[in-house]
Amino acid sequence: MSSTLAIPLPAPMPVRPEVGARKCATTGLNVCLTAEKFIKLTAVSAVVFLLLGGIAAILLALTRWQAVHLLPVDWFYRILTFHGLNMLIFWILFFEVAVLYFTCTTPLNARLFSAKVAWAGFIQMIVGAVMVDYIILAGKADVLMTSYLPLVAHPLFYLGIILVATGTLTGVFNFFATLYVAKRDRTYEGSLPLVTYGATAAAIIAVVTLLHGAIVMIPTFTYAMGWTAQPDPMWYRMIWWGLGHQSQQVNVAAMVAIWYLIGNLTTGAKPLNETVCRAAFVLYILFINLASAHHLLVDPAVGSAWKIWNTSYAMYLAVLASMIHGFTVPASVEFAMREKGYTKGLFGWVTHLPWRNPAFSGALLSLLIFGFIGGITGVTLGTQQINIIAHNTLRITGHFHATVVGGTSLAFMALTYYVIPLIFRRNFIWRSAARAQPWMFGGGILLVSLGMSFAGSMGVPRRIYDIDHSGAFGPAAHLMLGVMGIGAILAAAGLFLFCILCVGTLLFGEKTGNRAMADWGVAQALAGSREGSLADDHWAVKGTIALTAVFLASFAVYYFANWKALADVWPVR
Amino acid sequence: MNNETNKHWLQRLLDNIWLLLVLGVLIPFLSYTVWGWIEIALVRPAQMP
Repeated sequence: MSSTLAIPLPAPMPVRPEVGARKCATTGLNVCLTAEKFIKLTAVSAVVFLLLGGIAAILLALTRWQAVHLLPVDWFYRILTFHGLNMLIFWILFFEVAVLYFTCTTPLNARLFSAKVAWAGFIQMIVGAVMVDYIILAGKADVLMTSYLPLVAHPLFYLGIILVATGTLTGVFNFFATLYVAKRDRTYEGSLPLVTYGATAAAIIAVVTLLHGAIVMIPTFTYAMGWTAQPDPMWYRMIWWGLGHQSQQVNVAAMVAIWYLIGNLTTGAKPLNETVCRAAFVLYILFINLASAHHLLVDPAVGSAWKIWNTSYAMYLAVLASMIHGFTVPASVEFAMREKGYTKGLFGWVTHLPWRNPAFSGALLSLLIFGFIGGITGVTLGTQQINIIAHNTLRITGHFHATVVGGTSLAFMALTYYVIPLIFRRNFIWRSAARAQPWMFGGGILLVSLGMSFAGSMGVPRRIYDIDHSGAFGPAAHLMLGVMGIGAILAAAGLFLFCILCVGTLLFGEKTGNRAMADWGVAQALAGSREGSLADDHWAVKGTIALTAVFLASFAVYYFANWKALADVWPVR
Repeated sequence: MNNETNKHWLQRLLDNIWLLLVLGVLIPFLSYTVWGWIEIALVRPAQMP
């Protein structure tokens, strides 16, 4: 285990007595005990919010599945608000703070900058999140996650979001301060390890995101209190999406960093060219946040130049970054497998991948769902002209369930299969169920995303309680809503199983103490194979090149089909 | 110190997280927020018929 981890991370240095660290029996790396405490706190909180959001998810899916139509109308919008905030904001931000605290300490052999700052951030976040959830369930904030003005919620709703934002910013400050101290004290040599670099990209994006959150929520809070006039609704929408969409870009950077980490942990993969990977993260930092403009493509107050420039991620440079990562991660895995001796044909190495390792299968499914479904639909729907036939339909929801849930959430779940044994020092219970969990969740979300996307293609709107009253939707649309509902049941089962596994392990899992964690299974080298044997082989990743060709062909077909659909509904004569 | 000065300029840029932090905040604020804010501010209020 330590031999694979040592590839991208600096060699562990001796633990300094004042640091307050322990040596990990599995990786050989030093773990800061203060960071470990806050990783535990934020990760457990994240899983609690995931569970709450998951319960809401199944209630919503069984309501949008028109044949079931479970919730009454007022509870539908209440639970929709609850679901959005718990899944898109709380689960993600809490887990990301855990990722930040891990990546700025253990890989750098550093200590967390300040326990007091960490407490200040965590308390703000948890108080804010509980406040928001309480106000929503009390029926005083039926404004959906976006809370578009002139809808007004109880002031505590906005105050809670402000607290979550400032708490997360406090955690991000702790992350940057830790990086500064680690560099000053020379706890590591050379560049930041790639996983820390990716987390740094996420943290920079988070700064922009959370500043937008503060800019939009503070005047809305004072308005809800009756202290100031109502902010302009169009201004509100623009600044709000600087929070709402950009927070999902934080996820993308963190998710990619996790792909690299898990690829290394499970197969020994290291990036083919680390400089290119870092440059791709820089493209994220500079350009990915512009994409918030997607949400305003039908708003009248901003012009076409602003829309096209910003939705292009500055002419698709951030998309290029995603494609670099989407190629490099599987290519580095293929390269590592071929160096281990699995050289047969284009895809002979695929069958020898550690599929029984839930971290590996989760990360790979995350990459495939994010790239093939989320990426292709995202760039297409973000095109101004095509957006006009997709805006506010379930296609949008289908897209972001592929990116945020199938991509980010699944990657976070995958990482948890290492976080709990390494940080909480307990081996997972019910390991056979754990091996199946990513497939259940990933398969379910795939059906959810496809069901929503096809229903949306037939015009089914998002955020609508009842589509039957219009009589506009035939059996095909209802069939797709059924596919979505069945997928949601499967995904919810996978999510609840994940929560049971996590909580069960924390309560009943075998303590590892100073022993290495139980191995999930990693790729093994064949006899006679040698690291570095393929250094001059320019076709060593030909399987990934073939997959990339399939990806690009799928992209072209989908993009063309959408222009055709646009031409059909809006013919030019 | 020598290692730092011997680095390729692109590598030094990639390693300078503070510069990336400034650029990462500045570019989206200018391109998305400030530009968008100006466009919204220039919209004239509709006249009632």
